[in-house]
Amino acid sequence: MEVFNYLVFPGFLFATVAGLLTWWLDRKVTARVQYRVGPPWYQTFADVVKLMGKEVLIPENARKTGFLLAPIVALSASALVATMIGVFNMNWSAGFVGDIIVFWYILTIPSIMLILGAAASGGPLSSVGSSREIKMLLAYEVPFIIVITMIIFKADTLSFGGIIKYQAGHGPILYSVSGVIGFIVALLCVQAKLGLVPFDAPEAETELGGGILYDYSGAALGAFKLAKAMLFYTLPIFMISLFWGGVQIGNGLGILWAVLKYLLIIVLITLIRNTNPRLRIDQIMKFFWGKLTLLAIVAFILSVLGI
Amino acid sequence: MGLKTAALKKSIWVFHVACSPCNNCDIEILDLLTPRFDVERFGIILVGSPRHADALLITGVCNRHVTPRLIETYRATAKPCVCFLFGACSCQGNVFKGGYNVPRLIDEIILEEDPNAIIVYIPGCPPKPEAMIAGVVKALSVL
Ligand code: SF4
Repeated sequence: MEVFNYLVFPGFLFATVAGLLTWWLDRKVTARVQYRVGPPWYQTFADVVKLMGKEVLIPENARKTGFLLAPIVALSASALVATMIGVFNMNWSAGFVGDIIVFWYILTIPSIMLILGAAASGGPLSSVGSSREIKMLLAYEVPFIIVITMIIFKADTLSFGGIIKYQAGHGPILYSVSGVIGFIVALLCVQAKLGLVPFDAPEAETELGGGILYDYSGAALGAFKLAKAMLFYTLPIFMISLFWGGVQIGNGLGILWAVLKYLLIIVLITLIRNTNPRLRIDQIMKFFWGKLTLLAIVAFILSVLGI
Repeated sequence: MGLKTAALKKSIWVFHVACSPCNNCDIEILDLLTPRFDVERFGIILVGSPRHADALLITGVCNRHVTPRLIETYRATAKPCVCFLFGACSCQGNVFKGGYNVPRLIDEIILEEDPNAIIVYIPGCPPKPEAMIAGVVKALSVL
């Protein structure tokens, strides 16, 4: 059963399909915002299949093992977190004490693997990208942790299933002032976790030419793209679970509501990405450590006061 | 036709190699990404790194300084890849042919590096975006 969960549903296969469709939705909405037609629905599948079939070039002064291992670890970490979130959403008592902390650190593994892989490639543009990714990781984790702590205090439990159960009893956390502020902070952190504009300084297509992914090609690049697509599916579900009552499969319209919430979050992320220019890395650090951390602390205090 | 080729045909990522063009061809390339032509409909996007690319879009005449860089870029591209020679300059040298700084033409340089390279010529000064799309279609029907 666990192997089925990990490999098929809601793990690897399901997360891949859902993630690639989400990625396509993002590209399609972007195209519509720019008054273009946009790619057909199978575009992202074609992209990944093509990348899997291409040659993997290893740069001359790269560290081979680290360079090739990083995408595999990133991919399996994303699949693991997708599986866990799916299973715990279906069965609230399946979790263990402190699983939300496990989520938090598995969610950082893809970023850390990107950093390691880019550093192992030995290219100048990759190195700049990886140094920026380190800074960004340090920046956005601070408000993200504060918001998660706020939810843990509010639901008075350290388990993921417990938080969803609390919301089933007391109404979603989002429907309070502190919840709304926390949601906004978490949304921006998710934007940074996915490396989308305005927080795409490590990748910076127009400036670093792909930055952190510059030296990857073929199947290795495909694995990273897949890992990112899975996160694109997982992180909104994570947000829904923490703030918006989770994916309640049991009661009739639960799935429909969950899909609507999911689409709303995706479109919000896409619109933020399309209406903002890229920030410099120092601006990103100031933004996360200054304004957003302050907002997160305000949300925390409000939630302690019960607002 | 295998799955790989089918996927490749639906998703061509292009890297733009400017080998000292007059910049007019490059502007025509940018036209392809605008709402009027929108080549993302066919899965064609511009990427920033030759390692991600499936096609090299080469403009301009290749002078002595650019030649080693062009060869390096070609070697950094993951195979299989297609080379599009965009514009009269890169196809046959245009009015610069025989100039002191144009020792060799681009197709000669690439064929010397890799005799099996797939090269597509798109003439015009500059070629229209429609010509570019026609060129891509021709290249895909050969693959
Ligand atoms: S083909 Fe014509 S437009 Fe293009 S780079 Fe050469 S001179 Fe310029």
